[in-house]
Amino acid sequence: MSIVDKGTTFLGYRRENGRVGIRNHVVVLPLDDLSNAAAEAVAHNIKGTLAIPHPYGRLQFGADLDLHFRTLIGAGCNPNVAAVVVIGIEDGWTQRVVDGIRATGKPVAGFGIELHGDHDTIMRASKAAREFVQGASEKQREACPIHELWVSTKCGESDTTSGCGANPTVGDAFDKLHALGNYLCFGETTELTGGEQIVAARCANDAVRDRFMFMFDRYQGVIDRHKTSDLSDSQPTKGNIAGGLTTIEEKALGNIQKIGRKCTVDGVIDKAEMPTHPGLWFMDSSSAAAEMVTLCAASGYVVHFFPTGQGNVIGNPILPVIKLCANPRTVRTMSEHIDVDVTGLLQREITLDQAGDRLLESMLRTANGRLTAAEALGHREFVLTRLYESA
Amino acid sequence: MIHFVLHDANDSVAVVVVEGVKAGMELAGWIMDEDRMTRVVATQDIPIGHKVALRDMAVGDTVVKYGSDMGKVVKPIAAGEHAHVHNIKTKRW
Repeated sequence: MSIVDKGTTFLGYRRENGRVGIRNHVVVLPLDDLSNAAAEAVAHNIKGTLAIPHPYGRLQFGADLDLHFRTLIGAGCNPNVAAVVVIGIEDGWTQRVVDGIRATGKPVAGFGIELHGDHDTIMRASKAAREFVQGASEKQREACPIHELWVSTKCGESDTTSGCGANPTVGDAFDKLHALGNYLCFGETTELTGGEQIVAARCANDAVRDRFMFMFDRYQGVIDRHKTSDLSDSQPTKGNIAGGLTTIEEKALGNIQKIGRKCTVDGVIDKAEMPTHPGLWFMDSSSAAAEMVTLCAASGYVVHFFPTGQGNVIGNPILPVIKLCANPRTVRTMSEHIDVDVTGLLQREITLDQAGDRLLESMLRTANGRLTAAEALGHREFVLTRLYESA
Repeated sequence: MIHFVLHDANDSVAVVVVEGVKAGMELAGWIMDEDRMTRVVATQDIPIGHKVALRDMAVGDTVVKYGSDMGKVVKPIAAGEHAHVHNIKTKRW
């Protein structure tokens, strides 16, 4: 008997489009690198707003540009965000992001810097941000059924304890949430190498399986085109190897523990796309922590499970990241980063069922408003995935 | 005290889950899938998180973990030895 069932509720913020968030951020979102300074100035002026600077947005084209827009619009649409001020160097692309976010019905306004300069832009954007943050401060949390939580996962600085303890804990929690009808997500395409047939076998039907194998093969093609070695210094990473992971196959077999033993893979999305029905979704994505978590935020996920072995310290500005760890040395030396200690699993002191419930309890407390370790420490890594060089 | 864990009874390597494993120590291991114990004597110091070999393996042998193929042996490995990047390599890429 799990601690969660169909009657379990959490206290969330219901947005204009019906989706439920667990944070109430007013985001100042730069369209491009040039607009970071103005965005950060607005966030400094108006208390309670959050700037999310990033280094891209100029001279991108084709699929890479589409992904840029999808990621920024998706982040703005995320239900953890109450309202958005968009700032761009010029009006055209700024308006494109504003229009994309406006489809959710949430308050959004855009400001172009050209013909105004930073000073005037900061003043105009600050006025909008002030209105938005005061409006957001009146939003009340309400009881929402657990299945309305969209939960994503990705592991980082993994070691062998990840595959034995922390990742199976996520798998147990995912099995329990899948049965309740939650939207779930995993990804890390290259980190399935050696275990791709296991994922393929878990796909709900042939269409999903074909789409998954298309995504998997597409990423293998990227590696084949660009590799200068067997990637044995990159995948596994130096940190993985220090932690005892030897090959990509071993890393993948551990990684796959996150999708549990019962849940099926019900759909496949490209980077930063939005899933269209409940179930477990595979998102084609980088295995770099901040990139993948940012893509999950852009896809609409509102809480994230992050198992770590050696101690990845990542956070995200809008998607709370819950860290769990089964390595006793990491829990001892980096305790301020760990939300859920599952070291007892590897000494047979707790069962996997109990470990999964601990994670779900932490998830519900986080959903109700408790800050994660990464939030308290100010980790706000917002990293856009690039597909190729700018024009 | 559990010194190492393995997933599948057929795995040829297992994960050391405590600090301070030294050459000569007899190690207690937990086979997670079957919930029973096994033993091996460490012949080298092995850091936490690193793998101990559970049987002798020759160059070219497939290393089995999670009951699956995790790579190939590139230097002979004896039971109880430290198994890692110096004697195992990927079969991919």
